[in-house]
Amino acid sequence: MNGIHDMGGMHGFGAVEREPHEPVFHARWEGRVYAMNSAAGYLGAWTIDDMRFSIEALPPARYLAASYYERWFYALENRLIERGLVGADEIAAGHSLRPGKMPVQKLEPANVGAVLTRPFFARPEQAPARFRPGERVRAKDLNPETHTRLPRYVRGRVGVIEAVLGCHVFPDSGTTGKGEDPQWLYTIVFEGKELWGEAADPSLKVAIEAFEPYLETA
Amino acid sequence: MPAEPHLHAPGEGAGSELSPLELRVRALETVLSEKGYIVPEALDRIVEAFETKIGPHRGAKIVAKAWVDPEFKRRLVADAGDAINALGEFGPIGVHLLALENTPQRHNLVVCTLCSCYPWDLLGLPPFWYKSAPYRSRVVIDPRGLLEEFGLSLPSDVEIRVSDSTAETRLFVLPMRPQGTEGWSEEALARLVTRDSMIGTGLPLRPHEVSP
Repeated sequence: MNGIHDMGGMHGFGAVEREPHEPVFHARWEGRVYAMNSAAGYLGAWTIDDMRFSIEALPPARYLAASYYERWFYALENRLIERGLVGADEIAAGHSLRPGKMPVQKLEPANVGAVLTRPFFARPEQAPARFRPGERVRAKDLNPETHTRLPRYVRGRVGVIEAVLGCHVFPDSGTTGKGEDPQWLYTIVFEGKELWGEAADPSLKVAIEAFEPYLETA
Repeated sequence: MPAEPHLHAPGEGAGSELSPLELRVRALETVLSEKGYIVPEALDRIVEAFETKIGPHRGAKIVAKAWVDPEFKRRLVADAGDAINALGEFGPIGVHLLALENTPQRHNLVVCTLCSCYPWDLLGLPPFWYKSAPYRSRVVIDPRGLLEEFGLSLPSDVEIRVSDSTAETRLFVLPMRPQGTEGWSEEALARLVTRDSMIGTGLPLRPHEVSP
């Protein structure tokens, strides 16, 4: 979706504010939100891209006004309600009002290692890769209202395939009910001026990872 | 962008009032626990892991090893996930991990413009600024201006390669070994490797910047 989350190249957000000696979590609630999100994800009711889409789908003004873990929290509430795991009335009450759906798998304390390592997304190939390193490709001008990982700033632009990264779970399909639908994944390198015009820094190159359905021969 | 609320979040010191957000987070944890979906002790373990075990010291160790061991560096640049897991230092690290090597001709920077993708099982959770709108928006269009704010000025003929983490491959920068560190042990070298030097917004510390 052409959402507020897709920020590459936007102006006006100001200077980067750094915090010396930044703690891992700024308050107890941030750690609880992070961990609750991991444990709830372990139930298997959604994928990492479902999670991303639920954050992208927050209204833009709310997205910008919320801190990082507030976004996670609001999106987690929304997913729990949408999947029928929790009722809005229960969140308002602060207590369970009816039995939970019987899971599923539950994250036990002895097993938290399962959420402390990034998961595996490579899948067996469904067809030969269409592009090879060194080929010029154009990122298609795609504007789905649903989840995608093709940032707006590269759409319609030409880059060069630098690497073929294997066949991976395709985020655009998983979030629209079409399953994992594995697709070839490539590293594409764009010249700065191809993305930002003649005034761009001549020493700039931007690399993204792009799935095959995002690309066409240039 | 409005002031980031986290900078002004109420503390949880003795006697302090909980904010509406804190109450709501607590309420959700209660609901999830009562419904049998989560075990609060599992949440404690996750928070503890990030506060005490998983952090940039892991990446620093890997970078220092690559500086002293050319064969390890070769394997790291070829497939960082496999190379790190073969060491068996930290328990499993997610594969789909790439080490982006800085050279005198190329300086790498890592971002996730769409959300906050970061090699968190190697470097710990990302700093606040990495997830913020100013960093995500600017680094792909004005990396040199942004690096100046970080106190880093690179020669104009050095290529700035910004890598946007748009899929599940995670990226970290393998910075260049600082001059004047000949003969240093791996352990001493690891102390020079900052988190920012593995994101690309900084360089490793120089020898005189660490106490002996």
